[in-house]
Amino acid sequence: MQIGVFALQGDFEKHGRALRRLGVDTVYVNSAWQLSTLDAVILPGGESSTMLKLLDLEGLFEPLKQFAAEKPIFGTCAGSILLATEVTSPSQRSLGAIDMTVERNAYGRQVDSSIRTILPEKEFENRTRPGELEIVFIRAPIIREVRGGARVLASLEGDPILVEQGRHLVATFHPEMTEDTRAHELFLRKAREK
Amino acid sequence: MYLDNDFRLKAGLAEMLKGGVIMDVTNAEQAKIAEDAGATSVMALERVPADIRKEGGVARMASISKIREIMETVHIPVMAKARIGHFMEAKVLEALKVDYIDESEVLTPADEENHIDKRPFRVPFVCGARNLGEALRRIAEGAAMIRTKGEAGSGDIVEAVRHMRTIQKEMKQLTVMGRDELPTAAKNLQAPLELVQYVAEHGKLPVPNFSAGGIATPADASLVMQLGAEAVFVGSGIFKSEDPARRARAVVKAATYYNDPEKLLEACEELGEAMRGINTAQLEEKELLQTRGW
Repeated sequence: MQIGVFALQGDFEKHGRALRRLGVDTVYVNSAWQLSTLDAVILPGGESSTMLKLLDLEGLFEPLKQFAAEKPIFGTCAGSILLATEVTSPSQRSLGAIDMTVERNAYGRQVDSSIRTILPEKEFENRTRPGELEIVFIRAPIIREVRGGARVLASLEGDPILVEQGRHLVATFHPEMTEDTRAHELFLRKAREK
Repeated sequence: MYLDNDFRLKAGLAEMLKGGVIMDVTNAEQAKIAEDAGATSVMALERVPADIRKEGGVARMASISKIREIMETVHIPVMAKARIGHFMEAKVLEALKVDYIDESEVLTPADEENHIDKRPFRVPFVCGARNLGEALRRIAEGAAMIRTKGEAGSGDIVEAVRHMRTIQKEMKQLTVMGRDELPTAAKNLQAPLELVQYVAEHGKLPVPNFSAGGIATPADASLVMQLGAEAVFVGSGIFKSEDPARRARAVVKAATYYNDPEKLLEACEELGEAMRGINTAQLEEKELLQTRGW
């Protein structure tokens, strides 16, 4: 199984490290031809507007959209923004893989970033392992609405923060910046099932 | 002691900026150009380093209305500079909620002996360094990102290269030392042992290491990335060039594809004139900005 991490910009190395700890080799992706060799990809944290600009300029947007139609994608923070069907504050183009509305930087600026601990939904615990989830928020977006087939696996104060839809998974926080690998494990299972 | 949860959050934003370009801007219009070109962040300041160098006078924190205007215009993180040791400028910038503070040698130092105690702040700091000891002292004070100093406003890459190579070399040397040799290494580096041990074990700084000071072309950006920079700051290089929007896009592309000469060639085409620049070898010692701070 080959997992790619988009390496246009952002904390892609942290995802590489998380996957290595699970015994999975990673390919860093920055060109469209690489997609055909991969079983699943991760869109890391970073600046979503920068990533979107590079996806457009380098002709990666449409190939990635086609990839999403067949294979699993996991987006964290900026990656979750890219995977939504609707983005606000300001509105920007997105891949539309998960039926949800995301508001950028909705918690505020960097001084409002935080590390929290929450209990995920029972379903997430059953499919991985029980236990609290450490949440690293960095200028995080808020998922304002989930629709259709999107399912919430964890929330903070009523706002969804971990959501799946079919083969895809998004987190508005950074599981790659913690020692807890459960979100990555769940995604790898999706990649294997595919 | 140094690398606690608070620190993880501060360095976390620097992680998000990796592989990107942070651009100096002096007004909302430039900030918009930078954001549209794909900058990961902008640095709000009153005058770019090339103008500070030319015009002289005391260079201070930018005016609040200017920084606020920039913060209201763009959705990417906004950084601002405080003078070395001027912890009250930093307090003001924190109250304004800028996303990162650069305790910067580009501004006129407020304290010639002490840097800001950065740990109690909630807002993260970036600081310049010319060598490993300087980088680790800044991290010990609470800096959550290091940028090599280079020579700001020169458009000459030689100092940025020197500083990045120096830090990389000094880190490599630590990795082959025995544990019993590290206390002496710490003494020589004038840096805390705990941080020296971290570098010896990991072969890198405990915070992201970016490059600044003299980057004027896409090839410059890819050069420092090849040498180990994890992202680049471009100061005067963009808005002192002939076609800032195009140059900004080109530098963004070069930072992402620093390992791909074909893409770099595309980035280098049809760029217009670069900033004129100053050969730093011809600068007098007292004209250097990099010697500010210790």
